[in-house]
Amino acid sequence: MSMSDTAALAATRGRLSRHVSFLAYDNFRYLKLALAAVAGSIVLYVAVPPYGERYGGGWAGYTLGTVGALLILWLTWFGYKKRTYDPERKYLQPHGSGAPDSAHQAEDPSRLARRLSAHVYLGLALVVIATLHTGFHFGWNVHTLAYALMCLVIASGVYGVVAYVRYPRQMTENRQNMTMAQLQAQVVAIDAELRRRVMPMDDAMATIIRGSLDNTPIGGSMWRQVTGHYPDCGTVQAIARLQAMPDAGPGAIDDTWRLLRTKLDEKAALVFRLRRDVRFKALMDIWLYVHVPLTFALLAALMAHIVSVFYL
Amino acid sequence: MGAVRLSTDFKIAIVGSGPAGLSAAAHAATRGVSHVLLERTDHINDTIYKYQKRKLVMATPVELPAQQGLELEFKEESREEVIDSWTKTAADTKANIRYRAEVNAITGEQGNFQLALVGGEAITAEYVVLAIGVQGNLNQLTIPGATIAHSSGHPMVQYQLDDPDAYEGERIAVIGVGDAGIENALALATKNEIYLINTGDEFPRAKPANRALIMAAIEKEADQSGSINHVKNVKTEEVHDGMLVLRGTDGAVVNVACDRVIARIGAQPPSRFLERCNIKVSGLPPVSETYESTQIPGLYIIGALGGYPLIKNCLNQGFEVVECILGNPVPPADEPLIQKKLTPDIVRTLDPSKNALTGAELIEQIKARAPMFSTLQPVQIREFLIHAGLHYLQPGAVVFERGDATNSLYTVLAGEVGIQINPQNPGDLVRLGPGHFFGEMGLISGRKRTATVVATEPVLLFEVERNTILKLERSEPAVKKTIEDAAVIRQIKTFLMPHVEDELLREVVATSQIISKERNEVLIQEGADDNAVYLIRKGSVTVSKRVGGKEVVLNYVAAGNYVGEMALLTHQPRVATVTAASTTEAIAIDSAVFRKLLDRDPELRRRVEDEYEKRISDREIMQRNAEAGDLITFLVREGMGEGTDVLLIDESLCVRCDNCEKACAETHHGVSRLNREAGPTFAMVHVPTSCRHCEDPHCMTDCPPDAIHRAANGEVFINDQCIGCGNCKNNCPYGVIQMAAMPEEKPSLLSWLFFGAGPGPGEDKSEYGMKHRKGSAHAVKCDMCKGLAGPACVRACPTGAAIRVNPAQFIEVMRNAR
Repeated sequence: MSMSDTAALAATRGRLSRHVSFLAYDNFRYLKLALAAVAGSIVLYVAVPPYGERYGGGWAGYTLGTVGALLILWLTWFGYKKRTYDPERKYLQPHGSGAPDSAHQAEDPSRLARRLSAHVYLGLALVVIATLHTGFHFGWNVHTLAYALMCLVIASGVYGVVAYVRYPRQMTENRQNMTMAQLQAQVVAIDAELRRRVMPMDDAMATIIRGSLDNTPIGGSMWRQVTGHYPDCGTVQAIARLQAMPDAGPGAIDDTWRLLRTKLDEKAALVFRLRRDVRFKALMDIWLYVHVPLTFALLAALMAHIVSVFYL
Repeated sequence: MGAVRLSTDFKIAIVGSGPAGLSAAAHAATRGVSHVLLERTDHINDTIYKYQKRKLVMATPVELPAQQGLELEFKEESREEVIDSWTKTAADTKANIRYRAEVNAITGEQGNFQLALVGGEAITAEYVVLAIGVQGNLNQLTIPGATIAHSSGHPMVQYQLDDPDAYEGERIAVIGVGDAGIENALALATKNEIYLINTGDEFPRAKPANRALIMAAIEKEADQSGSINHVKNVKTEEVHDGMLVLRGTDGAVVNVACDRVIARIGAQPPSRFLERCNIKVSGLPPVSETYESTQIPGLYIIGALGGYPLIKNCLNQGFEVVECILGNPVPPADEPLIQKKLTPDIVRTLDPSKNALTGAELIEQIKARAPMFSTLQPVQIREFLIHAGLHYLQPGAVVFERGDATNSLYTVLAGEVGIQINPQNPGDLVRLGPGHFFGEMGLISGRKRTATVVATEPVLLFEVERNTILKLERSEPAVKKTIEDAAVIRQIKTFLMPHVEDELLREVVATSQIISKERNEVLIQEGADDNAVYLIRKGSVTVSKRVGGKEVVLNYVAAGNYVGEMALLTHQPRVATVTAASTTEAIAIDSAVFRKLLDRDPELRRRVEDEYEKRISDREIMQRNAEAGDLITFLVREGMGEGTDVLLIDESLCVRCDNCEKACAETHHGVSRLNREAGPTFAMVHVPTSCRHCEDPHCMTDCPPDAIHRAANGEVFINDQCIGCGNCKNNCPYGVIQMAAMPEEKPSLLSWLFFGAGPGPGEDKSEYGMKHRKGSAHAVKCDMCKGLAGPACVRACPTGAAIRVNPAQFIEVMRNAR
């Protein structure tokens, strides 16, 4: 079997594998690496006797500190790497027909999943490494500030992992094999029908329906997106007001009432699903608004920590 | 009559002022030759003149150069620009054009032709160049009332459409469902109400792209703009003022109220005129290499009437024929391209007595050496020769390897190749000598090469692209038959039994037949009593069974395998239904003959019985696992059966970050070829809108510049010859091709990260970004990141949700895993 055959086979095998989560990447390779790093740090912390109180000094302390700082920098670099799609060549040749490189073919196709797997597990390991580096000395100073920021960043990251594991499945189940566009199209269709039906009606009824037509927001402020709580929803109000209407007695008006009620219920159900969709997406995104800015704050505090330790 | 003239009016009389005739006249004028160009109408180039306003006139084939010194310039531009440019050139060169001069008949001989004009005048010339094309006389309606006028003055019936924008708010009946009728109907539909009158209920004569467009327009809701009313199965009866009367095939009278009738019912071939010129035709009039009629020396036939409908060819021929008449024949414009292919080795192999071969000699050699092409006219071979390959290989050289995704067809012109039929033993060769061809299996199935082919002695191969062969197969039944006959034998050999006695094989071939099924058509019905065995040679099928009132999919079988052996082995009715998962072709082998094969070939019997055992146990597992079967059903319904490489997203892992789309845009000039959210989902498996690189790509079927190709690794890509016509986009059933212009260059990633400069990663879909784009829109689609380290979408997925898979393998893995 020639080299290219081996490479092709490896590529085929790689591509045959079914979907694998970033958490389980390569048989939990980075979890194992992180556990090893944690174990190493603990051994270092316990085994190397301090010459005074346990704190970040001494060669064990400096080692833990250096490893921790480098890890922070490397973890931050993820944000850049995530957005560089091909470092060597920005664009493909427009329509080139260059022979593909067989060595490239064998490379693991899920480049970023590997990086995220490492990012998550090594980020978690950082909690232990940095805590040991502190020697459990905390105070109202820049050193503890850096530590606290780091913990917040990691905590937000942990939330992110939980969200990434939890919501994708719920989001899909919520959509029931439909796309957002299809759901929206259904809402638009119902609105069109409501608009048609309401035309010959009296003012009271028209006002109720118009409330649903004009004021049924989906999304909006961050708070609404995350909570999925829309207290002034026109459709919900319309249903309530329709419900509260005095009985009109049997006959045509009754049929219209029932029809409008059915349509509004349908719309409310669709809108509810759309809002849930928005909510899940927001819940998966929101932590990044903490994670990323705090990371930059952490970098600043870390710099202050290092400078103050060595140069002040 | 009888009197011999001493001198003629002109040296050259050119009939018809299309691209060919006009080019000839302009060149004759430049060369100072006495000439006349006779044009029936009062303007040049009537065919292009009658195109719809602003229609884009296409310049293909792209590679074909213009003759050095050609007067008429031509590039892809609008009808108006082309006509303006040529009118100006005709005036600049002082070409002698006589308008409103319709030739009725041509008599006489070289040196003294008489051209009788309608009206009685006669013109004499030494040579005649016939460049009348085939669009001469449009067919007209012959029903009562066809010539009456509408109450507002205009005639009720017209046969052309100059400017679709000139009509607004009218009810217009368009008769005829060829390309012209469809194009007119579509162009008019935006501002008018259209009734498309069809004698049948389909559009068999239209180009696939037009067919797709018209069907989409008909399906639109009637109150939407651009919708068209399709009046099916009717014949025209009578025209009244404001009314077209039709009669249905069921005898019912249908009245269509309309302000205007546009009839696009084809053109009359100029056969009667040719008869009056003493040219006998069945098909194309025979001509020599220099386009001289073989029946009437001195009379030249160029352009569409000579078999060259493409404008670029016409222009060159007008030039060439004038030079030829002047006594210095120039080689055709494509000659340099052909000469480039003729290396000394190739010339020596073809004709040891010569140092060089002309294109025409090469074509003669190909005709003589490759029986498949022997029935073709030299013109037809010349047309695809510039795209074809000539390969001279030394012994041991590999032509292609098993597993390559190329699918051209090779013919051995000299020497010998060996096909390695057994991957385990490369020495096990089937040898093919001169005149034989190979590669037809990939051609038919669109799948990867099934065997490696090597040169066993110095060999000269003629390689023709898949698309060319498919076109030839459509127009030349003889070519199709030659390929088919050989293919059946090889497929039976390759897929079932490599070493079978020829006598037995002949019996198999004689009794077998090719069955074609479209997607979702049933090949074998559960419970039926037939028991033929089907060898799938193209496409794929699903095997399903009714369990508790529900169809449960048990298996998915791709090309290269057989189905239907169970009934044969067990002597029972069919136990399962076999349905085509994509356009499928199967070789049906008669059951008695198949039994005989099993009796004669113990090796085959063992293999068939082993497979039978395996299938029985697979079915057991699958019947208990409805979920996997449902997923297969879903994937097949989404057309996965014809894909070779499909992007699948596991929605339980996908965090909807759209990094896949961004990565796609960032690696493809800023335009994403992938829409993550669009597309169906089933049981957490999402099929986004992204190219699946079909075995038999729909996009390739009608690409005027032949810009869509398949690379060796299987990716279907569009090269820079794309002219932006949009045919591929319309032909793709999966909506994965879009027409897009490229966005402007963006600031670097770090400038965006730190300073917020530019739109950031991904396609800039902001209003500004969509407006500020470079150049014209071209077709863009996934090229599987050809040349990069793997597909960017998959590499950029942070959670491992996106994978690209071969559907057949994916289904196999999924079946085994569950």
